[in-house]
Amino acid sequence: MGSYVPSTREQRQEMLEAVGLKSFKDLYRDVPESMYLDRPLDLPEGKSELEVSRVLNAMARRNRVYDAILRGAGAYDHYIPSIVKYIPAKEEFLTAYTPYQAEMSQGVLQSIFEYQTEICELTGMDVSNASVYDGATAAAEAAAMARDRKRRVTLVSGAAHPDVINTIRTYAYGTNDEVKIVPAKDGKTDMDALRAMLSPEVSAVYVQQPNFFGLFEEAEAMAAPVHEAGALYILGVNPIALGIMKTPRDMGADIAVGEGQPLGLPLGFGGPYLGFMATTAKLMRKLPGRIVGETTDDAGNRAYVLSLQAREQHIRREKAGSNICSNEALCALTAGVYLAAMGPEGLKEAAEASMAKAHYLCRELIKLPGVKLRYEGPFFHEFLLDMPKAEEVLAALDEKNILGGLPYEGGVLWCATEKVAKETLDAVVAIVKGVLA
Amino acid sequence: MKLIFEKSVPGRRCAILPACDVEKVALPAGLKRETAPLLPEMSETDVSRHYTELNQHVHGVNCGFYPLGSCTMKYNPRIDEEMAALPGFASVHPLAPRAAVAGCEEVLDTARKYLCEITGMDDMTFQPAAGAHGEFTGVLLIKQYHDSRNDKARTKIIVPDSAHGTNPATAAMCGYQVVNIPSAPDGCVDLAALKAVLGEDTAGLMLTNPNTVGIFDENILEITRLVHEAGGLCYYDGANLNAVMGVVRPGDMGFDCVHLNLHKTFATPHGGGGPGAGAVGCKAFLAPFLPHSALMEEAGHVQVRGFRGNFLVVVRALAYLLTLGREGIPEAARNAVLNANYLMAKIKGTFAPAFDRICMHEFVLDLSEYKKATGVSALDVAKSLIDYGMHPPTMYFPLIVHEALMLEPTETESKETLDWAAEVFRALYELGYKDPAFMHAAPHNAQIGRPDEVKAARNPIVRYTKA
Amino acid sequence: MTINPDLKYSKSHEWVRMDGDVAVVGISDFAQDALGDLVFVNLPQVGDEVTAGEAFGDVESVKAVSDLMSPVTGTVAEINEELLDAPENLNNDPYGAWIIKVENVTDTEELLDPAAYEAHCAAEA
Repeated sequence: MGSYVPSTREQRQEMLEAVGLKSFKDLYRDVPESMYLDRPLDLPEGKSELEVSRVLNAMARRNRVYDAILRGAGAYDHYIPSIVKYIPAKEEFLTAYTPYQAEMSQGVLQSIFEYQTEICELTGMDVSNASVYDGATAAAEAAAMARDRKRRVTLVSGAAHPDVINTIRTYAYGTNDEVKIVPAKDGKTDMDALRAMLSPEVSAVYVQQPNFFGLFEEAEAMAAPVHEAGALYILGVNPIALGIMKTPRDMGADIAVGEGQPLGLPLGFGGPYLGFMATTAKLMRKLPGRIVGETTDDAGNRAYVLSLQAREQHIRREKAGSNICSNEALCALTAGVYLAAMGPEGLKEAAEASMAKAHYLCRELIKLPGVKLRYEGPFFHEFLLDMPKAEEVLAALDEKNILGGLPYEGGVLWCATEKVAKETLDAVVAIVKGVLA
Repeated sequence: MKLIFEKSVPGRRCAILPACDVEKVALPAGLKRETAPLLPEMSETDVSRHYTELNQHVHGVNCGFYPLGSCTMKYNPRIDEEMAALPGFASVHPLAPRAAVAGCEEVLDTARKYLCEITGMDDMTFQPAAGAHGEFTGVLLIKQYHDSRNDKARTKIIVPDSAHGTNPATAAMCGYQVVNIPSAPDGCVDLAALKAVLGEDTAGLMLTNPNTVGIFDENILEITRLVHEAGGLCYYDGANLNAVMGVVRPGDMGFDCVHLNLHKTFATPHGGGGPGAGAVGCKAFLAPFLPHSALMEEAGHVQVRGFRGNFLVVVRALAYLLTLGREGIPEAARNAVLNANYLMAKIKGTFAPAFDRICMHEFVLDLSEYKKATGVSALDVAKSLIDYGMHPPTMYFPLIVHEALMLEPTETESKETLDWAAEVFRALYELGYKDPAFMHAAPHNAQIGRPDEVKAARNPIVRYTKA
Repeated sequence: MTINPDLKYSKSHEWVRMDGDVAVVGISDFAQDALGDLVFVNLPQVGDEVTAGEAFGDVESVKAVSDLMSPVTGTVAEINEELLDAPENLNNDPYGAWIIKVENVTDTEELLDPAAYEAHCAAEA
């Protein structure tokens, strides 16, 4: 049996005596007899470390580790610089609790302050929180933030990620608020429909940029009608794209959110990921989650501290805007290290290369018989193709240990990042060509 | 310490990516970024040294005693980390075909099976990313249940006044009115107060047992029975499960749904504030209401975050469950309780426990009399502990105890550490009488003194701005 | 603990004076002292309805939030925007730093005169 309890049998006896008890069962004398579990748990016997390693390695081997991944849809296979894995693995960063005691946690607090700054820089906003669980919850929290006593309806673009839409819907169900989906037309938010749906009851409009289909929305053009209608504009953005794309601030957004997984986090079968939220100075006090602020100590030294806590659940309790208690600190640290390792030039390169490779793949694939791009328009690093024999194509790629695009609504949603080499893309095209011949 | 931006040198960089091997594509003019983002420009040496410097000013479980009540700062096993880093787990895309992820399904199924056994539940989701997120999910189960029965009258959630702030905040997020019931003098649920608020408008009760003062509420079966009789459901806040896992099961206490903190009870690391995982278990009748990913699984369900949750955190928890197994789980709980009682017994004669009785895995000290006698507050004592290399216990929680310090040693601390900790408390207790001024000014040996939190809140500076 | 002799007080430590038909509302010295250093004031909007005995906003210190209770029923005519940048004015000058001005006053809570308020504070302390 594996155990992390250091005390020996003798020590345990000593300690029981010091407490004035005879046995472990005495410790639980407040537990009604009927509830006390009188049988062993139906679990296997505990294992040694070596055995645990064998069991979990065996489970891991039942998963496929692909040589190339050409599927995105909210989880992206970017190259993770080596140093990014080492720093969050440092035991102090790894095992520390939330930095409530500022005097002994300046390292964590400063790393969050740096992360907040970087998110502000990427999004063009004035304030960022210390992160939330993921991009979908960030969107839902932003929608909640935007509601007030009179305006409760949220409009959500139908071209956003299905999980993001569903999460926004769930949070709105919680507070008995309405969510309306703005239909997509030709793969993008239908602007005419949006204009028709705006009303004095609408608190916010959420649009994803680039959207679920990889297309760039006319996000900047939507800002004016949204604001004229008195609503807030929330943009969900890809952080790698922000290396080259106009900031959500410059596109007219009031709140910028998104999924930070591309910033150095492994795919990990869906998590842990990283939700970022940033907004204007005007909306700062409505931002949920932790925020680190700068101050001084009594000797005048610069110091970082969890601030504006009166927004949060442990103080406001039922009057808090959100119940969120933790962030994804280690993931935010990982993102910070990624951004430091890549720098502004590296991030730009990752964005340009991802876009370039996706366009290359697209160009080559649509040369093949029967393959068509479903939606016209500029796109970032994902695109939806209609292709014959889609299942066989993906199976043929799978056989070569390549994960092809995601089958979606009768088509295939492809993604390419800077990680995939041209030779691999050429090999993919050749395989697909072979199937469609 | 300088900020990373203050160490940045324009033009410095690491060489991570090769030149792009395909033709670049320009963004349409209206979409181009107008100014480059201010990100650090550093060599790899700089990056390495900067984070090393930061890391030296972080107190991890590896640094020393961390008796944070309600947080269960137990040792985080390294084998758990190694397993989570296996490429067979870390590099798996959530939307890979089912046949390619049989191992991931096995991890989730096995963890679910073990945790359902430990909690006495029938089904479980790992989608919630944290404890509070799990609470939200649990209360959503209750809400969906009543909605499915068209029972519109149930508008209230009952929460004891000793509850963690997330409980009422969660109830509000689910559209419920929060009814606070006062605790009895022994810190447990006041049955009369509970009966007085139960009715046809009761949607449910949120409770943790042992409660937030570390006491096992022996009336728990009666409490859950009363709520069920009124037509409500019972939600168990699993933050304190470390006291009772393998000894008592929430399902046997009468709870209908539970949330677990994998990052507390099941030893996954806290990471400075996340990522955690707030698994939610439920009885079979609530299983249809569990959250699912619209894209990964199927539409038509509630969903609390993307995909299926913090999978790599579940891997860590599974490694821990496999290690402890059938006997290790209750052994951990029993020793967590023993360690807490032992420490409380050793501190006796100095700071007063709020409830002078056998505790569970944590206990609360009440420093209100001590403050009256010496002028030294719980905050001053906490700050003084920093100078001893001990992370302070939880301060000023729960709200029902004044000048509270809540200590949870956990089972992974040794007797020597507990003896030492008791000596430190004894020394500080005496120091408060001799030199209160010294304690008001603590910490003296930390990187900074007490920060000016008023200034931080009045004039928020929340990002670095280049001069 | 100072008590301004020209004002009326509510049991929840707000003060009121009438400027013609407009009720001017603030918090007492007792209140600001109990709340500690204030870091933020959440004000209603001009045009909002307020109700006697119900919260119209709140004040935040570093570790707590406290509701501000309206002593009158009416419509918010003016808010003291200076408090948004300088919440400490409530600490430094509680009787000078008014919070809201209310017009169309239709109802008033039971208010205490300075002597009664002094007794009320003594009983609470």
